[in-house]
Amino acid sequence: MFGRFTDPAAQAFSALQHEPIVLYTVVAVGIIFFLVLVGITLFGWWGTLWRNWITTVDHKRIGIMYVILALVMLIRGFVDALMMRMHQAVAVGGESAGYLPPDHYDQIFTAHGTIMIFFMATPLLFGLFNYVIPLQIGARDVAFPFLNNLGFWITCSGAVLINLSLAIGNFARVGWLAYPPLSEVSGSPDTGMDYYLWSLQLSGIATTIGAVNFVATIIKMRAPGMTMMKMPVFCWTTLISNVLILMIYPVLTVAFALLACDRYLGMHFFTNDGGGNPMAYINYVWMFGHPEVYVLVLPAFGILSEVVPTFSSKRLFGYTSMVWAILVILVLSFLVWVHHFFTMGGGIAVNTFFSTTTMVIAVPTGVKIFNWLFTMYKGRIRLEAPMLWCLGMMFTFVGGGLTGVMLSIAPADWQFHNSLFLVAHFHHTIIGGVVFSYFAGFVYWFPKAFGIKLNRSLGICAFLCWFVGFYLAFFPLYILGLMGATRRLQHYIEPSWQPYFIIAMIGAFIIALGILCTVLQLLLAIWYGFMHKGILPVHENDPWGDARTLEWSISSPPPAYNFAIIPDVKTLDAYWAMKMTGSKRKKTDFSDIHMPSNTSAGFFAGLLSLILGFALVWHLWWLVALSFISIIAVIILHSFVSDHNGYYLSSGDVQMIEDQFTTYLESKGIQA
Amino acid sequence: MSEPIQVENHCIHDHDSTKIFGFWIYLLQDLFLFATLFANMAVFSASYDIGPSGRDFIDLTFVLVETVLLLVSSITYGFAMIQLHRNSLVGMQIWMTVTFFLGLTFIMMELYEFNHLIHAGAAPWVSAYWSSFFVLVATHGAHVTGGLLWMICMFVHLSWDGLNTNNRTRMTCLSLFWHFLDIVWIGVFTLVYLLGAL
Amino acid sequence: MKKLKKILTFSEALTCMLLLSGCDIAVLHPAGLVAKAQRDLIVVSLLLMLCIVIPVMIAIVAFAIKYRVSNSAAEYLPEWGESHKVEFFMWGIPICIVAVLAVLSAYFIHQYEPSKPLDLALTDDGHNRLLRIDVVALEWKWLFIYPEYGIATINEIYAPTGQQVSLQLTAENTINAFWVPKLGTVLYAMPQMNAKLHLVSEEDGQFSGISANYSGEGFSNMRFTWNSVSHDDFNHWVARVRQSSVTLDSSTYLALTQRNKNTPVTHFSEIEKNLYYRIVNRCVVQGSQCNEYLMRLAAEKSLWGELCSVFNFK
Repeated sequence: MFGRFTDPAAQAFSALQHEPIVLYTVVAVGIIFFLVLVGITLFGWWGTLWRNWITTVDHKRIGIMYVILALVMLIRGFVDALMMRMHQAVAVGGESAGYLPPDHYDQIFTAHGTIMIFFMATPLLFGLFNYVIPLQIGARDVAFPFLNNLGFWITCSGAVLINLSLAIGNFARVGWLAYPPLSEVSGSPDTGMDYYLWSLQLSGIATTIGAVNFVATIIKMRAPGMTMMKMPVFCWTTLISNVLILMIYPVLTVAFALLACDRYLGMHFFTNDGGGNPMAYINYVWMFGHPEVYVLVLPAFGILSEVVPTFSSKRLFGYTSMVWAILVILVLSFLVWVHHFFTMGGGIAVNTFFSTTTMVIAVPTGVKIFNWLFTMYKGRIRLEAPMLWCLGMMFTFVGGGLTGVMLSIAPADWQFHNSLFLVAHFHHTIIGGVVFSYFAGFVYWFPKAFGIKLNRSLGICAFLCWFVGFYLAFFPLYILGLMGATRRLQHYIEPSWQPYFIIAMIGAFIIALGILCTVLQLLLAIWYGFMHKGILPVHENDPWGDARTLEWSISSPPPAYNFAIIPDVKTLDAYWAMKMTGSKRKKTDFSDIHMPSNTSAGFFAGLLSLILGFALVWHLWWLVALSFISIIAVIILHSFVSDHNGYYLSSGDVQMIEDQFTTYLESKGIQA
Repeated sequence: MSEPIQVENHCIHDHDSTKIFGFWIYLLQDLFLFATLFANMAVFSASYDIGPSGRDFIDLTFVLVETVLLLVSSITYGFAMIQLHRNSLVGMQIWMTVTFFLGLTFIMMELYEFNHLIHAGAAPWVSAYWSSFFVLVATHGAHVTGGLLWMICMFVHLSWDGLNTNNRTRMTCLSLFWHFLDIVWIGVFTLVYLLGAL
Repeated sequence: MKKLKKILTFSEALTCMLLLSGCDIAVLHPAGLVAKAQRDLIVVSLLLMLCIVIPVMIAIVAFAIKYRVSNSAAEYLPEWGESHKVEFFMWGIPICIVAVLAVLSAYFIHQYEPSKPLDLALTDDGHNRLLRIDVVALEWKWLFIYPEYGIATINEIYAPTGQQVSLQLTAENTINAFWVPKLGTVLYAMPQMNAKLHLVSEEDGQFSGISANYSGEGFSNMRFTWNSVSHDDFNHWVARVRQSSVTLDSSTYLALTQRNKNTPVTHFSEIEKNLYYRIVNRCVVQGSQCNEYLMRLAAEKSLWGELCSVFNFK
């Protein structure tokens, strides 16, 4: 009946009892959660929350919810990072030197990696896809609006499930990719690994659903005239990134499922006995893991390819090169996974092959840097916050690429492997390449979503803090790696390492200031929304000026149906071309627009999958059966009601909404 | 927009082809899932440890019957689709029923086989070989079960709404799914059973 | 070649300065042949890539300044977006650099493949005999077996300076990695597998070693020392180890596989024959069958077994 709760080995509440840090965090999170609930009730927002957000199938609202989830998880993951940096700054000597015992420290670095990749970067990615892609291709929605809603709620339940482990049970202590046999029952008998497996399976399912949706959207729903080679680069990168997801997430799903079979059913895939082989898991997981890096970084390249031309007031240099480079990366990213374990003794042929392919992948990546560089060349560069993030990205990413190529040289990797040099390298590319770009995209598209820009000075402050903080936090790690410090050390004995760890900690705190600036920016924006009681007035379509793609041709925030009239695309950079040819926005004569209806099925399926995951972790078999059957029932029921899905927005309503925008433009004297 | 072209109801215009396309993409990722499982089977194909090998237990005649059942069910589903194109609801329901029972028999046989193997000492927890065997075959079986469940839903859908656009799309997707499972089974039959029996 | 060496020493000093550090950077101040080659490779590849990375970094800053919007004197070409000449170079230059690096990498991979004995000139006393050490990663300590001397230690290696050491690595349970930064080349110690590594130290000294793959709670304690000493000192040390009262047999080994974090340096004066083989093949426990035997059995049993077999049946 109570599954593992009655099993003392599972330590259901021991963290709360013995770790004051955990206790305070749980209490604080509880209080915040409670206050939010009270706030919603006091302001009477439950109705609107349910109708406009929880059950919505509007890609724009789902996108915003994804981004909110990602920002919350960013803070969660970043707190872990701060705790690690603070711990390592004092952990010289023995096990008791730092303030975290190994048991807790090991949970923290696992949580940091897992949450940042699966619950911060991926949702942020899907937030941007959701918001931007349909607008950029001139579509009214994604191909499967219900799946979109379902995907979001499953991601959300994955995030909730993995964070539940903070209070009930514990987090995994295995590193972010959970190598067996450490992650088998023999190495991790408690609930942490099970939380890890099921929440990541949920995240994987959601990501796959999202990827099906976006590939279908981009292939089938482009505006008439927008051929593949007239798509914005961000669409290209999104397409390829989602194709990658479709090819790699099944591998991860299988790897995790097999590990779960080992743990739950006593099978022998990755165990040391029964003929199992742990190295098989490492191969599967990196067949997923390496392309995953490109899943994250390709859209980042796409964002730069949108932002740099806008703020250089110039077209993107070498569009065709760019597209080819993306396609080359798609193919090559499958041929490099072994470089994550050159140190397994693979032999000359294996090492040479994977070392060479890894280096070759640096070529298309390097080409992109040149593309942006020559986009800036002979342009008119405006140093707004998004452009600063882009410049920071280009400057930092070439460095990350450099160390990446150093690591790709197998004999050199034999000295770098799993050292802090490696940690510094992938943060160099992930922070410098991915995070900076995502922030650029976030700041860039924020006014499209809400009508107002984020505070400029705070934005510049945020960038500077991140930029300086990054170099301070990670350059010491390069040196430490060369000094012989490996990753995931709970303590070390060489006093000469300590100064570097202290500098790294200072860097991490400067990054914290950067995050604080972003939070302040958002609070200002929320205050603005609060003043307007949540109904944001429309603003001009092209707040940055010189924007080039279709999303900037409609009001900010866009109406629910996006485009009153589906644009007809003739060239690349369709909106720029419209401005150049002086075409006028159509102000009357609209027709009815078909809209999909809201549905609560996604929310309930998500909630039930959370319960399913929780029941699996705690071996509550009756609840497993109950929630699994309920999920299937919800999906089947949905199929029976969705026949009558959708409604028509009358031409009169469209006229009214468009008139508001026309009035705004006329009041500002903007010709459009 | 110098000459705005009115694209009426762009988002539902070709919605059914989008759905079918989306389903193809889903099948693509499922194919990768099975590919990984096949690779896994190959990796552990000789890891019998102290347990029995596949050769000791595989009964090719039994599997041949299973295979024939599934292949014939694919053909009968094809007949159902022909009836769909002829707009014959009754004809389609008959062929669907035949398909359903063929599929059901297949699953029953598979369950019988699993039961037999586990009791004979070739359980999934015996060795990596049997772990991979069970996971691969059972994943296929779970898909077939899903397909059967889908067919049950389709019977209800069809009897309520007849042959409307939605149901036609659903039948097409299910058809893709069913044929896909057939193709995967041919892989299972060859790699697991035929090669395993040698 | 000498010139290259000179450049290397200079660039090394430069790197050292750049890194604002004294000279305790192990990887850049190696003590062994392998690590020295790796240091050279690292420095050369870094310099080669800096040739392109630094100009790009400068260009990013320079373009941002030169083409800023307030500088209306700069040329403005909003529609310029294609140039085959530029594209030729932006694909060509990275390809060239990668080609050079790939050749370098392939050469070094071939030359320093861990499983191959190193090409060493004979030392003065005619020694080029390999010293064999069998390494077992346990939770959480290292067991070093000297099969030729019949001794074993925990967390301590002694090896004569200049004599090539042939290590074989395996693990009892979790995957670890054997790393002595001053000597070079990390290699995984994996359960059920036997990985081979060749290292040599060219200087006397105590080099710290560490596990480079996270293996659980006591991972940070998996430190050991590699003592590179003269032949005489090595022989003294062997004699000292042989005086230890503890011996290593199956039962002491099984006791060692228990998890504990702070195992002191221990010496074993005798070792059971074939113990390492049985650890790799997972048949230390009485009555269990060795993996190699099971694989032979599988090879006889079925076609798959034969296909997957690593043995030659003729």
